[in-house]
Amino acid sequence: MTEATIDHATFQALKEAAGADFVLELVRTFLAEAPAMIGDLRGALAASDADRFRRAAHSLKSNSMTFGASTLGAMARSLELGGISPVKEANGEPLDRLAEEYARVAQALSELRNA
Amino acid sequence: MRETGRTGARLLVVDDNKVNRLLLARSLELQGHGVDSAENGRVALEMLRAGGFDLVLLDMEMPEMDGFTVLEQMTRDLQLRDLPVIVTSSLEGIDNVVRCIELGAEDYLTKPVNPVMLKARIGASLEKKRLRDQQKELVRRFATPEVAKDLQDSGFALGGKRVRATVMFSDIRSFTPLVESQSPEETIDLLNTYYTLMFDAISGHGGIVSQIAGDGLMAIFGAPLALANHCGAAVRAALEMIELVELFNVERAAAAKPQIRIGVGIATGEMVAGYTGTNERATYTCIGDPVNVAARLETHTKTAAVPILIDDATRAGLGGDIVVNALGPVSIRGKTQSVDVFVVPVGQKS
Repeated sequence: MTEATIDHATFQALKEAAGADFVLELVRTFLAEAPAMIGDLRGALAASDADRFRRAAHSLKSNSMTFGASTLGAMARSLELGGISPVKEANGEPLDRLAEEYARVAQALSELRNA
Repeated sequence: MRETGRTGARLLVVDDNKVNRLLLARSLELQGHGVDSAENGRVALEMLRAGGFDLVLLDMEMPEMDGFTVLEQMTRDLQLRDLPVIVTSSLEGIDNVVRCIELGAEDYLTKPVNPVMLKARIGASLEKKRLRDQQKELVRRFATPEVAKDLQDSGFALGGKRVRATVMFSDIRSFTPLVESQSPEETIDLLNTYYTLMFDAISGHGGIVSQIAGDGLMAIFGAPLALANHCGAAVRAALEMIELVELFNVERAAAAKPQIRIGVGIATGEMVAGYTGTNERATYTCIGDPVNVAARLETHTKTAAVPILIDDATRAGLGGDIVVNALGPVSIRGKTQSVDVFVVPVGQKS
C-alpha cells in the first residue's frame, strides 16, 4: 500500500470537532451506507444511467474525504469527473478496484472504531 | 419568525447523504443552533414554506430535486427569497460555484466543511439576515406593502427619478393646547389612534405615508408606483380622513374628551422622488414645487376655515364626480405668483 488507507490527521480532526462518540456513530452510518453507493455505481453502469453514476460517485467521494479515506475519495472523484464511459470501456474494472479499496477502508475504520 | 441572536438560530440542513447530514447537523448543534434536516430539495421547500427557519445549508447534488432548483424556487418565492442559503457541496468546477451565487446563494463552502469556517460563515449570514429583517420591519412600519415590495425589488436602491404625482400634507388643528391639557399617555394614545386611521385612509386609496412628525404627516399618491388617478385618490383619501376623524370624535365625545380637527392640503405636479437616507435607514420622499404648495395649502386651511384645500393641477385631474368650489387666488410663501385654490366640501362620498 503506497498511501495510508485513512489519513489519521483528518480522522483525528474530525473526532476533535464532532466528538469521539459521535464519530463512532458516523462511521457506523458510513459503513452501512457505502455498500449501497457502490451498488448504485454498478447498477448505474449496467443501466447506462450516467446521472445516477455521477451522483453515486459524488456521494462516495464526499464521505470518503470526510473520514480521511483519501485514496478512495480520489478514486470516486475520478469516476465522478470521468463519467460512465471510460468505466464501460474498461468493462467495469475501475469499480472492482474501488470496491477493493473500500474493503480496506471499511477494515481500517472498523479497527479505529474498536480501538 | 422566531427571535434570533447571533447564535441559537434555527437552521435547515439539506443533503441527500446521511453521513453529511448527520455531521453537519452535529457541527451546528455544537455551535448552539437548532437543526432540522431534509434529504432532498422537495422536502426542504415544504419545510421552508412551513416557516420558522433562519438559514439553510444546501447541498447541490440531490435526487428528486437538486439544490439549483431549490435556489431557483426560493428566489421566486417572496417568503423565501431573503432567507440566507449557504451552499455546502463538493461539486466540481468553478462554474457551479458561480451558478449558485448567481442564483442568490449567500456563500459557498466545500465539503468536507471545516467547522471553524462554517461557524464564521453562519455568523456572518445570520448577522446580515438580522439587519435585513430590521430594515424590512422598518419599511413595513412606515410604508405600504407596495412600497416595501418596490424597495425590496430594487434592492433598497437609493436613487431618484422625476415623477408626476400628488402630495398631501395633513395635521391636527390646535394640537399644542390639546397636548398641554392632557396627560402624556393620552397624547401618545391619541396620536396612535389618529395615525392608524390616517394610514388606513391613505393606503386604502393607494397612497404612501412618507413622513410623520408630531401631529403632521406627508403622503404621496402616484409614486413610487404609478396610480391611474392620483389626484382623485388623494382627494378621496382626504375625504375619508375627515370622515374617520368625525367618527373618532363621536367616540371621544362619549368619553368626554375634546374634539380634534384636521386640515389637509393637496397639490399635484412634477417632482423628484426617491429613497433618501442611508442603507440602514431609508425613507421614500418627494422634493419639488408641489410639495411646497401642498404644505402651504394645509397651513392655509386654518385661514380659510375649511378642512381640505387643493391646487388647480389636482382639480384638473379629478373626474366629474367630486365637487369642488373655487376659493380664488391665494398668495403663498415661496411662490411669486398666486395659486388658484379650490375647496373640497366634506360629506361627499369618499
